[in-house]
Amino acid sequence: MRDLPSILPLRFEGVGLALGGRELVTDLDLVVERGETTVLLGPNGAGKSLLLRLAHGLVTPSRGRITWAAGQETVADRRRHAMVFQKPVMLRRSVHANLTHALAAAGFGWRRRRARAAETLDHFRLTHLAGRPARALSGGEQQRLAIARAWALDPELLFLDEPTSQLDPAATRAIEELLFGLKAEGRTLVMASHDLGQARRLAGRIVFMSGGRIIEHAGAKNFFESPRTIEAAKFLAGELL
Amino acid sequence: MATDIVSAFATAFGLIVGLDPTFLAVVALSLKVTLSALVLAAVAGLPLGALLGITRFPGRGATIVVVNTLMGLPPVVAGLVLYLLLSRSGPLGGFGLLFTPGAMIAAQTLLILPIVVALTRQTTEDLWGEYGEHLRSIGLTGARAVPTLLWDGRFALTTALLAGFGRASAEVGAVLIVGGNIAGHTRTMTTTIALETSKGDLALALGLGIALVGLTLAINAVAFSAGRIAARHVG
Repeated sequence: MRDLPSILPLRFEGVGLALGGRELVTDLDLVVERGETTVLLGPNGAGKSLLLRLAHGLVTPSRGRITWAAGQETVADRRRHAMVFQKPVMLRRSVHANLTHALAAAGFGWRRRRARAAETLDHFRLTHLAGRPARALSGGEQQRLAIARAWALDPELLFLDEPTSQLDPAATRAIEELLFGLKAEGRTLVMASHDLGQARRLAGRIVFMSGGRIIEHAGAKNFFESPRTIEAAKFLAGELL
Repeated sequence: MATDIVSAFATAFGLIVGLDPTFLAVVALSLKVTLSALVLAAVAGLPLGALLGITRFPGRGATIVVVNTLMGLPPVVAGLVLYLLLSRSGPLGGFGLLFTPGAMIAAQTLLILPIVVALTRQTTEDLWGEYGEHLRSIGLTGARAVPTLLWDGRFALTTALLAGFGRASAEVGAVLIVGGNIAGHTRTMTTTIALETSKGDLALALGLGIALVGLTLAINAVAFSAGRIAARHVG
């Protein structure tokens, strides 16, 4: 990872979003510190994906403030944070071209683009698939490529929206290994997940959401051993919220 | 009638195989006019259609309705409007384009531009629904997203361009009005067919018609095959 001044902490202060007169998320207060792995847990419609989109700048809040290091409202270098979506978006191009496209968009020149793409393919063990159409890959391979494409831009912070929800256990395990690798490189991860086991394995901190609100924000160990709210306890017990 | 049809095929065969210079000149001019119009419509229409597909602005719905309506613009109306603009007393009369291939290219561009814009708008809007979040995530918004959408939608857009080519190559009303159907200068395959039919030379008219259909068929077949082969390679 490049040795640059950190863009973190990422801070949500009273963030809310209303669309068509409906409150989708309300009063979100959250701080994401450097190097943490935060997992957003909660039932469908809790607002997990929306929180990620708000943080990544894909959605503009109706209320409140989202700030980065030193209170800045935007990150000058856009590629310092990247996002991986639940359903990988694969361009109608080869695996290699999917990487070079993202690098070109980030301003990499032709030579650097090719070198970085080759390095990324090698790092993610995708070299043998470089020439294949990206959309012909399996679900697990596509998600691997989506993470590789985000990694190629060398982000400090990575948002992941349920990256394994459509994968079988073997593919899920392979993706989790990649995520452990990203953590080991010192990258900060914020990930939405439904999978309690995955949250236990990966999370340093848990943000539990329900009904568009953050219900609980705690260290993973504390959250799983002694949840402070009834909603969180019910969710952990597998009850419907 | 049967004799006419047999004679037409014989004439068409004779014109094509015999490389009749008049016939070749008419075909060459037709192709020059139609392909020039197609290139101009593609250069303007592909980015315009893509921008219309991905941007949101007040009046966008009305703009789409107007563009869709213009796809059915009667060629004679387009020809008449252009005639008024290009005639000596018209606002563009100073260019001296009336009754030249340039005027015919302009007329055909006017006719196929809405087709290219409308079909590109639909293709890129669908693609944007799929790609939008990823492209915005890597900083490609607005006009910066257009090249990606046009490239990844290239196979569908080939069909849009072929539709434009079909409309232009089959068109007679507009080029007749602004071109004047002058022998050796502005006479295309369609205007020749119209003229020869009115003169009663059905064999020549049918022969040219067969050649025109054959040409269009060949271009479509090549584009279709190239598209299928390329699509198989990029998924």
